[in-house]
Amino acid sequence: MSDVSMVVNGRTVSGSVEDRTLLVHFLRENLGLTGTHVGCDTSQCGACVVHVDGKAVKSCTMLAVQASGSTVVTIEGLANGADLHPVQAAFKEHHGLQCGFCTPGMIMSATDMIRRHPEGLDEATVRAELDGNICRCTGYHNIVKAILAASEAMGKAGKGKAKRAA
Amino acid sequence: MYSVSYHRASSVADAAKLIKKAGDGKYVSGGMTLIPAMKLRLAAPTDLVDLRHVPELKGIKVSGKAVTIGAGTTHAEVAANEKLKAVCPALSHLASMIGDPHVRHMGTIGGSIANNDPAADYPAAMLALGATIVTNKREIAAEKFFTGLFETALKDGEIVTAVRFTAPARAGYEKFRNPASRYAMTGVFVAKGRDGVRVAVTGAGDDGVFRARDMEAALAKRFDAAALDGIKVSPANMMSDIHASAEYRANLVAVMARRAVARANQ
Repeated sequence: MSDVSMVVNGRTVSGSVEDRTLLVHFLRENLGLTGTHVGCDTSQCGACVVHVDGKAVKSCTMLAVQASGSTVVTIEGLANGADLHPVQAAFKEHHGLQCGFCTPGMIMSATDMIRRHPEGLDEATVRAELDGNICRCTGYHNIVKAILAASEAMGKAGKGKAKRAA
Repeated sequence: MYSVSYHRASSVADAAKLIKKAGDGKYVSGGMTLIPAMKLRLAAPTDLVDLRHVPELKGIKVSGKAVTIGAGTTHAEVAANEKLKAVCPALSHLASMIGDPHVRHMGTIGGSIANNDPAADYPAAMLALGATIVTNKREIAAEKFFTGLFETALKDGEIVTAVRFTAPARAGYEKFRNPASRYAMTGVFVAKGRDGVRVAVTGAGDDGVFRARDMEAALAKRFDAAALDGIKVSPANMMSDIHASAEYRANLVAVMARRAVARANQ
C-alpha cells in the first residue's frame, strides 16, 4: 500500500491504495469520479483519457502511485458550473455522440488536441490525432465536426481575450 | 495485475540502489509497454522503480550535428523538438508516428530501446544512425546493443541514460503500421551519413532489428529508390504471424525501403 496525493479537478485529494491500483480505478472507485470510463482496458480505446500535468494520457495504463504529486483533470473538471466547456458544448451542438461511452475520452483528447494546435485544426489532422480514441458506434463524422467547431470557437475566444487584454 | 511494490527514483544512482534491493525488480519509464504487460500478467515484477521523475534523464541537446537525447525524453518531446527537426527530421517523423498522442505523452526513447520490441520503431533508427547507447555504466554501439527479440546488451540493473548520434546528411523512415496496434509490421530507416549508407529494418526480422547490407551497398553507389530495383529480400529470416506471413513482410521491406529513400531525398 502507498499513500497517494494529487490535485484532481482543482481539489487536493489523497488516499491509501495498493501500488497496483490503476489511476482510472483510483478516480472512479476512491474519488467517485465515474465520468472517466474503462473501455478496452488494453491501452487502445482512449475512453479513459484524462489530463495529467496538462497532457492527455490513458489512465488505464498508469498507476495511481505514478500520478501521485501530479495535477489531474477529468471530464468532471471541464465545465465551469452550469456552463459547459466549449468542447462539451460543441459535442452537444453537433451531436458528437451516439451511445456516449467514448465521449469523456474523446472530449479530453479533443481539448488536449486543440491546446497543442493553437494555429487551428483541419479535418485530416483531427482524424489523425484521434488515433488513440475508438468510437464503437463509429460516430466519427460528428465527433470530427464538433472538434473542428470547438477549435474555431476557442481560437476566436482566445483572440477576443487577447484583444480585450490589449 | 499481480501485486507489486512501487518506488520512485530521484536520480540515476538512487534508481540503481533501489533496484538492487528489489527481489525481481524492473525499471518503469513511460510504462506504455510494461504496464499493459503487467495487466495481462505477461510480466510480474515484484518491484517497479520509476524513472519518470529523474531530471538527469530528460532533454534533447543539439550542437552542430551532434545530438544527445536523454532516455527519459517522451516520443511527443522528440517529435516536437525544433532543433532536432532541423538536423534530423527523419527521427522527429518516426517519433510522431509511434502509438497515438496519449501514448506519445508517456512513452520514452530509453524505454523503447531497453525493451527492444521487435516491432518498435526506435531500434531501426538507432541502428541506421550508428547511435551510441549511453548507460549508467558504459557506452554501447547500437550494433552491439540490440541482441535479439526483447534482448539487449544491458546487464541486470543497468540503466539507459541517453542516446547519442551524429545527424546524417539525409535520412528517412517509413513504416507499414499494423492497423490495430499501430506497431510497425515493417519499418525501414535509411541514413546517408559520413560513413556511408545504413539501412535498418524493424518489425520484420525473426531476430529483431537488422541491417539490410545489400541495400546499403546499392544505395552507396546511388542514393535513389531506383537503385533498389532488382534486390530480392528473402523471406527466410522474416517473422510470420497472424498479422503477416514471412513472404508478405519480405515484400514490405522492399516497399518501405524505397519509400524511406524517397522521403530522405525529399
